[in-house]
Amino acid sequence: MAALITCENVSLGYEGKTVVSNIHFAVGQGDYLCIVGENGSGKSTLMRAMLGLQKPLQGKICLGEGLKRSEIGYLPQRSAHQADFPASVSEVVLSGCLNRKRLFYTKEDRRQALQNMERMEIVDLAKRCFRELSGGQQQRVLLARALCSAKKVLFLDEPTAGLDSKVTAELYEVIQDLHQNGLAVIMISHDLPSVVKEATHILHIDREPLFWGTVQDYLRTDIYHK
Amino acid sequence: MSAIQKLIEYFSYPFVRYAMIVGVLVALCAAVLGVSLVLKRFSMIGDGLSHVAFGAMAIGTVISVNSDLVVTLPVTACAAVFILRSKKLRGDAAIAILSVSALSLGYLLLHVFSPSANISGDVCTSLFGSTSILTLNQRDVYLCIVLSALVLCLFVVFYHRIFAITFDENFAKATGMHTEIYNLAIAIVTAIVIVLAMRLVGALLISALIIFPALSAMALFKSFRAVMIFAAVMSVICAAAGILISILCGTPVGSTIVAADLSAFVLCKLAGGVCRR
Repeated sequence: MAALITCENVSLGYEGKTVVSNIHFAVGQGDYLCIVGENGSGKSTLMRAMLGLQKPLQGKICLGEGLKRSEIGYLPQRSAHQADFPASVSEVVLSGCLNRKRLFYTKEDRRQALQNMERMEIVDLAKRCFRELSGGQQQRVLLARALCSAKKVLFLDEPTAGLDSKVTAELYEVIQDLHQNGLAVIMISHDLPSVVKEATHILHIDREPLFWGTVQDYLRTDIYHK
Repeated sequence: MSAIQKLIEYFSYPFVRYAMIVGVLVALCAAVLGVSLVLKRFSMIGDGLSHVAFGAMAIGTVISVNSDLVVTLPVTACAAVFILRSKKLRGDAAIAILSVSALSLGYLLLHVFSPSANISGDVCTSLFGSTSILTLNQRDVYLCIVLSALVLCLFVVFYHRIFAITFDENFAKATGMHTEIYNLAIAIVTAIVIVLAMRLVGALLISALIIFPALSAMALFKSFRAVMIFAAVMSVICAAAGILISILCGTPVGSTIVAADLSAFVLCKLAGGVCRR
């Protein structure tokens, strides 16, 4: 099957120090890949490289099937940087609609932003200030922004970190729904019990790849039962 | 003679009108740029660059070029690009070292080589902008108008992009925006604004023009657009008020403008505190 994203023998690191090496995997259309591993195992670094934010030390990361960067959606880990940023929810969501060709938002962009806000049930928050929302609400806003740009692939970096169990369950439901609608999903998570229920594929890394394959195969391995 | 008559008399002199035009334009550009710099945590970089501009101006004076813009603009622009691109240089210690080095070397250069007899007066002028704004000629004013118009156009045309990059650069880059080009543009615009503002308020006080309007607006408003607009309006009002007061009371232009910005900031903070309760 042709792949949207392929990693070939990728090694990643900072300033010459290797964090993770020999990663080899592919993500196809309709996949729901979860990247799991301990803290410091190189998950976030790998995602940054796939997003083009960081160059691999070795190996190649290719976008296939005519996938363009502007068709990717990304939900980053929440950063302290946004903590005091004056921005309304609608400004944040709309910023997901920017692509290289246009300088100003079109009617279509606004319609799409509204539709994604409806999907995330945050329409009533549109005029609110982003920094005053709760963690779960902020996550929904950033996910709505990611959906505005996600035409084919959605990247999620620990989307449930710091959320309570009810909000977490709702978020998984939303992501599953998006996946059912044909979006390829690549997610980093710590939450192994939920991940094996939600995902179709698992990539388990700990500085080097321990497992890559389908969830069914993963459940039979020693790594999972350890 | 009433204050209004006095003002009318002063405004009949071209150099007062020039000062007003340049002051308002520079304040406007600095405020608009400042919102982005403050939110990107680059406030100290603006401060460091203004000292670099002072050092560059010293070089310009020593090699006695026609207009020190020829030296200050390229040097400051290079420094801006260099600092904003290199993650290692962004640390506050690195910026502090750059600031004081440029400042001291600039003064040293002037002291050793300056052709002028009144060195301390010259230095005071470039650090605090005391009178230089009142000595602008027509060419300076035109140049300032053109550069300000350029800066403002860039901000209007790329407003949404600037929001996206300021709010979340990684997201913007990951979803296909050429963030390097925009960061380069922001660095160059920063250099232009700093070099222009050096004539108005002097090298030491430039940061005030960049930071105060943004912080005042952020105390009151909660959307990016509102913060941008309020910062611009407030900066223009403060600059105009500062220039008028300095004409009427004979106070130094730069410090009066900054004092006006400071008062506005305190008022906004208080108003913001009251509203939140």
